[in-house]
Amino acid sequence: MPTELPGTRAGLEGVFQPEIPPMAEKPKDPDLGAADRVSGLDALELGPKKDRGNLGKRIWSATWPKLLAIAIVVGVWQLVYLSEWRPVYVLPPPADVFTELGELITEPKFWDGVRLTMTRAVTGFALAVAIGTLLGALVSQFKPLRAAIGSLITGLQTMPSIMWFPLAILLFQLGEEAILFVVVLGAAPSVANGLISGIDYVPRTWLRVGQVMGMTGVAKYRHLILPASLPSFVSGLKQGWAFSWRSLMAGELLVIVPGTVSIGVRMQTARDLNDAVAVLAYIIVVLVIGILVDQFFNGADRALRKRWGLTGS
Amino acid sequence: MSTVVRIDDVSKQYGSGSNALLALDHISLDVAKGEFVCLLGASGCGKSTLLSLVAGLDKITSGTLDIDGRHVALMFQEAALFPWLSVAGNVELPLKLQGMGRADRKKRALELLEIVRLGGFGDKRPHELSGGMRQRVALARALAQNADVLLMDEPFGALDAMTRDILHDELERIWREQELTVLFVTHNVREAVRLGDRVVLLSSRPGRVIEDFKIDHPRPRRIDSPEVSGQAAEITDRLRAEVARHAN
Repeated sequence: MPTELPGTRAGLEGVFQPEIPPMAEKPKDPDLGAADRVSGLDALELGPKKDRGNLGKRIWSATWPKLLAIAIVVGVWQLVYLSEWRPVYVLPPPADVFTELGELITEPKFWDGVRLTMTRAVTGFALAVAIGTLLGALVSQFKPLRAAIGSLITGLQTMPSIMWFPLAILLFQLGEEAILFVVVLGAAPSVANGLISGIDYVPRTWLRVGQVMGMTGVAKYRHLILPASLPSFVSGLKQGWAFSWRSLMAGELLVIVPGTVSIGVRMQTARDLNDAVAVLAYIIVVLVIGILVDQFFNGADRALRKRWGLTGS
Repeated sequence: MSTVVRIDDVSKQYGSGSNALLALDHISLDVAKGEFVCLLGASGCGKSTLLSLVAGLDKITSGTLDIDGRHVALMFQEAALFPWLSVAGNVELPLKLQGMGRADRKKRALELLEIVRLGGFGDKRPHELSGGMRQRVALARALAQNADVLLMDEPFGALDAMTRDILHDELERIWREQELTVLFVTHNVREAVRLGDRVVLLSSRPGRVIEDFKIDHPRPRRIDSPEVSGQAAEITDRLRAEVARHAN
């Protein structure tokens, strides 16, 4: 039963013989030996601080693999182009596309398009977050509601958003609402599911600690359930964003609101004109926006994990 | 001395019918104010169940259980600190729930952290501390609850021997200085004798009180002192006999 190591203990005894005053009167002097033992142990257990290297080095070590990957993709593309697998008006060389891109980003009209698309994306995503959070909170709170629509939410998540467009167009005609409708339907289930699974997996000991502290009702949500489900909720947001961005691109290609020139409309125009250079340029634009927003969510996720001590280091 | 915890003829049964499992069988136990009582037993003696009942996390099947003031704090094998709060934030949380103002809270949390000798670690995150330090933060958080009785469920079970030894000294000191009442669950006989004013030995399946040992050795004690070892050997013999009873 005793798990102490007698050998170790005996060896340490000579060094740390505690001279604690007798119990008869309350000791006024703190036991300095004990204080030293405790802080000595703390220092040993924490170990030395790790040197993380300077900022420039860290940025470079995170960047060069990405640059290399881009170089490889562009290189392969160039090789395929040189092999004349497809005629040049169908598959233009990278140089042409990047020249086109360079011209695009100097056009104010292009930025108007980006602004319109991003406004739609942010509006739709914000609405989806609001609806998804409310839905998730309700479902995790009420058992019958969970039985009723819990699996429906997961089902909706797997539904390809393009399937909603015929209905959306019937309901809202070719208008902003049709696009918004589909974006929200695409993203809200992920957000709701993220919150639900976060709440479901709050560790039992945390709940017990909360209960013993006397947390009930709103306080329990405010101080325990919501913060504890945050990592899962952030994953849900990230996934929700990916779905809403996809839905939005499908929507902008299908639902062309008269008089607007969003990225999707420009893409569609380029296709109608058989302008392969522009098509490829817009693909790159959409990809870059997607990556940038994903980086933002990854950053938030990583910061959270670091705060919580969930990272490897 | 007044009695803080009154456990009178308490039984706890899980399930019903042929699947029923009697975890605790007519347990009676009183804990006086300022007393350090260790609950000791082999697997299946329901010592953690008893602690959950006292903590109000579970309902008793029969008998009566009274806690003076009805206010308890609980510590587990894992510190169960909240990772979204700093060390100081974790200690402040019970104070916040009690409605204490911001400035008072900060001051009190620092005092409590100094009691567990972690005054300089308030801004750290729980994961930046070692296991022993986290348990001390959990102790500070428990003290912040200002409870009538501190319930500890094998709080040092996951720590290495040296850390545990030092934390025994620390817990004893804090218990004495803060005049705490402690109900401490363990399966480690020496730990129980090292810490307890009384060691209550429970039988297994169902849990019953076999014997209530009074530990009179002067404090501070050492876990490897001859008195502690001798008494632990005596209790271990009783425990071995109890475990052997379950052979068939």
